[in-house]
Amino acid sequence: MSFFNFPLAPPQASNIAQAYDPVFYALVALSVFFTVIVCAGVILFAIRYKAGTKADRSRPMYENLPLELTWTIIPLLLGLVMFYFGTALFVKIKTPPKNCEQIFVIGKQWMWHIQHSNGVRENNTLHVPVGKPVKLTMISQDVLHAFYIPAFRVQMGVVPGRYTELWFTATQAGEYHLFCNMYCGTQHSEMGGKVVAMDPKDYAEWLSNGGQSVAPMSMEQAGAKIYAKVHCDNCHGAEDTLHAPSLYGIYNKRRIFADGTSLLADDEYLRDSIIRPYDHITAGYGETMPVYQGQLTEEDVLNLVAYIKVLGTPIATTPTSIVNRHSAPTAVSPTNESSALAANAVQANTPDPDATPTRRVGSPAVGAVAAEGRNR
Amino acid sequence: MSSTVIPSGELGQQAEESNYLNVKHTIASWLLTGDHKRIALLYLVSTSFFFFLGSIAAGLIRYELTSPAGVVLESETYNKVFSSHGILMVFTFLVVAIPAIFGNFLVPLMIGARDLAFPRLNLASWYMYMTGGTLILAGMIFGGVDTGWTFYTPYSSMYSNGQVTMVIIGIFIAGFSTITTGINFVVTIHKMRAPGMTWFRLPLFIWAMYATSLMMILATPVVAITLLLVVYERTFKLPVFSPELGGDPVLFQHLFWFYSHPAVYIMILPAFAIVSELIANFSRKRIFGYHFVAFSSLAIAGLGFLVWGHHMFVSSQSMYESIVFSLISYLVAVPSAIKIFNWMATMYKGNIRLQSPMIYAIAFLMIFTVGGLTGLFLGAAGTDIHLTATYFVVAHFHYVMVGGTMLAFLGGLHYWWPKITGRMFSDGIAKVNAVIVFVGFNLTFFPQFIVGWLGMPRRYHYYYFAPEFQAYHIMSTLGATVLGLGFILPAFYLTMSLFTGPKAGPNPWGAHGLEWETSSPPPTSNFTETPIVMDEVYDFDPVSDHAKDLKDIEERNRRRSEEGYCGSEDDN
Repeated sequence: MSFFNFPLAPPQASNIAQAYDPVFYALVALSVFFTVIVCAGVILFAIRYKAGTKADRSRPMYENLPLELTWTIIPLLLGLVMFYFGTALFVKIKTPPKNCEQIFVIGKQWMWHIQHSNGVRENNTLHVPVGKPVKLTMISQDVLHAFYIPAFRVQMGVVPGRYTELWFTATQAGEYHLFCNMYCGTQHSEMGGKVVAMDPKDYAEWLSNGGQSVAPMSMEQAGAKIYAKVHCDNCHGAEDTLHAPSLYGIYNKRRIFADGTSLLADDEYLRDSIIRPYDHITAGYGETMPVYQGQLTEEDVLNLVAYIKVLGTPIATTPTSIVNRHSAPTAVSPTNESSALAANAVQANTPDPDATPTRRVGSPAVGAVAAEGRNR
Repeated sequence: MSSTVIPSGELGQQAEESNYLNVKHTIASWLLTGDHKRIALLYLVSTSFFFFLGSIAAGLIRYELTSPAGVVLESETYNKVFSSHGILMVFTFLVVAIPAIFGNFLVPLMIGARDLAFPRLNLASWYMYMTGGTLILAGMIFGGVDTGWTFYTPYSSMYSNGQVTMVIIGIFIAGFSTITTGINFVVTIHKMRAPGMTWFRLPLFIWAMYATSLMMILATPVVAITLLLVVYERTFKLPVFSPELGGDPVLFQHLFWFYSHPAVYIMILPAFAIVSELIANFSRKRIFGYHFVAFSSLAIAGLGFLVWGHHMFVSSQSMYESIVFSLISYLVAVPSAIKIFNWMATMYKGNIRLQSPMIYAIAFLMIFTVGGLTGLFLGAAGTDIHLTATYFVVAHFHYVMVGGTMLAFLGGLHYWWPKITGRMFSDGIAKVNAVIVFVGFNLTFFPQFIVGWLGMPRRYHYYYFAPEFQAYHIMSTLGATVLGLGFILPAFYLTMSLFTGPKAGPNPWGAHGLEWETSSPPPTSNFTETPIVMDEVYDFDPVSDHAKDLKDIEERNRRRSEEGYCGSEDDN
C-alpha cells in the first residue's frame, strides 16, 4: 500500500501479520473515532461558547455521576475488548506450533549469525520456506539485541545468557527487511539484512545445496557451461575440422603455428588463444575465430581453460554433473557480470526434465564454506 | 476567593514597588535566596538552558535523518547525540521543569502560604539539580555517552566506552533534587494551607502536583539505586546485570522501568495540573467533575507504578507477566480518558476566552488525545510486538511528552507570565505562536507514526537499506524546523514584554485563585496578610460572567482603566 512515494503499510508476509493487521486497524479505527470526537467537541465548544456568543449557558452542570460513569465505563469496556484481542494475538505470537522448522540465531555486535538445523550457516540473511512454521531459537553473544522482521510483524529480544524464541509462517515469497531493534552500540543501525522467503521446494534445494541456489560446481562444470554458452563446440569438435582444430587433449601439447613458430599449450597459451586468437594462428587455419577479449571475464576464462584441459576425458562427458536444470537466473555466481547470459545458456541446455542432479545431502556445510570462499 | 488581601488602587501601586523581584538586586540575593519564587526563576533559567541544548541535539538528529546514509555525523557521534537528547530532555528538563518552576512558584501562592515548608531545602534542591546537570554536561563534553537515555545493560555496564559513570552520577545527584522537591510539596500542601483552604477547595493544580510529588518520592530512589548498580558493575565488576559476571540483564529493565514508567506520569501529571487551571479559568466555569479529575490524578499515580512491564513485552519476561501488565496498562488509560472528558464538559456552557493560554490548552487536548490513544497500540501486548522500539513509539511518547507536557508548559508560561514578571506580552503574537507550535508539532511527529508502523527502528543512524522511509523523515524534519521556530519565538516576545509590556495588574486574565489576589509580581511574603478562603474553587458564574464578589468587579474595573491590553475580550 502506498501513496506516491509514501508507503502506507509494510508488506504482510506471514501468518502472524495476517492475524496482526485486523487488530491494528481496529485500534486505528478506535483512535480515529475518539480523536474526532474530542477534537470536534473541543472546537465546537470553543466556537459556540466563546465569550460574547449568545449561547444558552443556563443551568450549568458541575458534577454528574451518570455522565462520569458513562465516560468511565464505555472506554473501560472498549479497552477491555481491545485488551482481549491484543492478548489473543500475543498468545498466538508466543505459542509456536509443534512441527516447526528449527533455525538458530546468534546476535553479536554487529551481525546476525544464523544456523540451519542441517548445518547450513549464513550471516545477516535468513532463508525460510513459505508455508511452513519456522521457530528461531536465539541468543546473544554480547549485549542485548532484538530480532525484528516488520513484514512478518514479529520481534523478539535477543538476550545474552538465555535463549529466546520467535516463530512465524511466511506466507509470501520475497525479500524482507531484517533489523536489529535493540540499541547495541556504534553500528546498531547496520546490524540487519534481509529475510528471504522461498517456495518450500526452492528452500529444500537451497538447504541441500549448502546455502546456494544451485549445487556448487567444479571449475570444469562451470567451464563446460561457458563452452556451451559461447558455442565453442560449433567449430571445435572431437576431431580437427575444416574450420578449427580439435581441443581434445590439447593441454601440454606443442602447437605449430602458421608462421612456423611453436609453443607449449599451457594455461597461459590457452587463455591467450581465447581472448586474442590471432596472436598465434595454428598452422592450417585462418583468422575465423571471434575475439573474446572483453567478452568473457577472467573467471570465465579460468573455468573455460579448466574445462578444455579435461575435454575428451570421462569427467567432461557426464551430462548431469555439468548442468543443473533447476538453476534460477541468479544461480550462477551473482557477482558474475554475464550471469544473465549464463542463465540463458543453462536453460537452453536443460530441455530434459528428468535430468535432475543427484542431491548431495551429506555434508552441505563443506559446500557452503567452499561456495562462500569462491564468492569472495 | 477571599478578598481580604486584595490591594486596590493606590495600595496596589505601592505594593508593586516592593516585590520579590526588586527587593534586592545582588547576585548573592539570588543565589542564596530562600524565596520559592526566586528559586522558581532560577529553575526557569537553568531548565531552559538544558532544554535549549537538548533541542540542538534534536535538530541534529532530524537533520541527519533527512538522508538515508546520514549527512554530517559518524554513527558513533550520532549515537551520542541521540543519547544526549534523551538524557537532557528527560532528566534535566521534563521531570524537573513544571514541578520545579510552576510548582515552586505556585504551590505556596495557590494555597495561601508564605513559602514552601522548607525554603533552604528548596534552594539546596536547585544546587543539587545544577550539580547533577553540570556533571551530565561535563560527561557529554568529555567523551559523551552512547547508551541512550535508558542505559540498558550489559551495554552500559560492560561495553560502552563513553563517560557513562560521570553522567549516571549526575543523574543520581539530580534525582535527589527531585526527591527533596517532592517532599517539600507534600509537606507544604499538608501543613500550610490557608485557613478555609480545605482539600476540596484546592485548585486541581495542587492535586496533580501532590500526586506528582508522591511519585517523585517513591520512584526516584529506585532509579538512583539502579543506576548506581550500573556504575558499580562498570567500575568494580560487581555482578548484577551482566551475564558474563553472573548477573541478569533483564533485571535492569525491570528496575529501570519501575522508575521510568512512573516518571512518564511525573512528566505528564504536572501538565494535567496546568491544563485543568487553564480550561477552568478561561472557560469561566468551575471544572466539571472536580472530584473525578482530582482522584484520577491519584489513580494514575497509583496504577502508574504497576505497569512498567509494558515496556518489556519483547524482553524475555514471561508471557503471563506480560498479559497482566497489559491489562493494568489498559486500566491506567481510563483515568486519563476521564480527565479529557471532564475538560471537554467544562468547556460546555462555559464563557470561553480564546486567549493564548487557552489556545495552548485546546492544542494540548487534541494532541494528548492522539498521544493517549496511540498508547493503546503499545499497551496491547500483541500489537506492541511489531511496534515496540520503532518510530511509532518515538511518535507516541513525543505526542505525550512534547505535545502534552511541552504545550502545557508553554500554556502555563503564558498564563502565569504576568504573575511572575508583572508584565503582559502581546496576546496576538502568542496566539499565532500557539498555532505554529501545533502545526509544527504534528508535522514533525505524525509522520513518525507511519514510518514506525512501516518498521523503521528508533536509534537508527542509517536506513540506506530501506529508502522507502525517507519521505517521512523529510516531512518530519520540515515539521521540526517549524516547531523550533515555535519554541524560539516565545523567548523573544516574552523577553521583550519585560521591557515594553504593559503592567499586568494582579489579575489580567480575570482568573480565579489565590495567586491572582496578590499583586503581580507578588511581594516576597506572597500576601500582605494571611488570606482566609471563604469561597469554592473556580467559583465562576458563566451565565452572567459577574464575579460573585463585589471586590472582584472593582478589581476588574481598575485593571480596565489601567490598560485593557489583554482584557479586551472581557469587554464583550
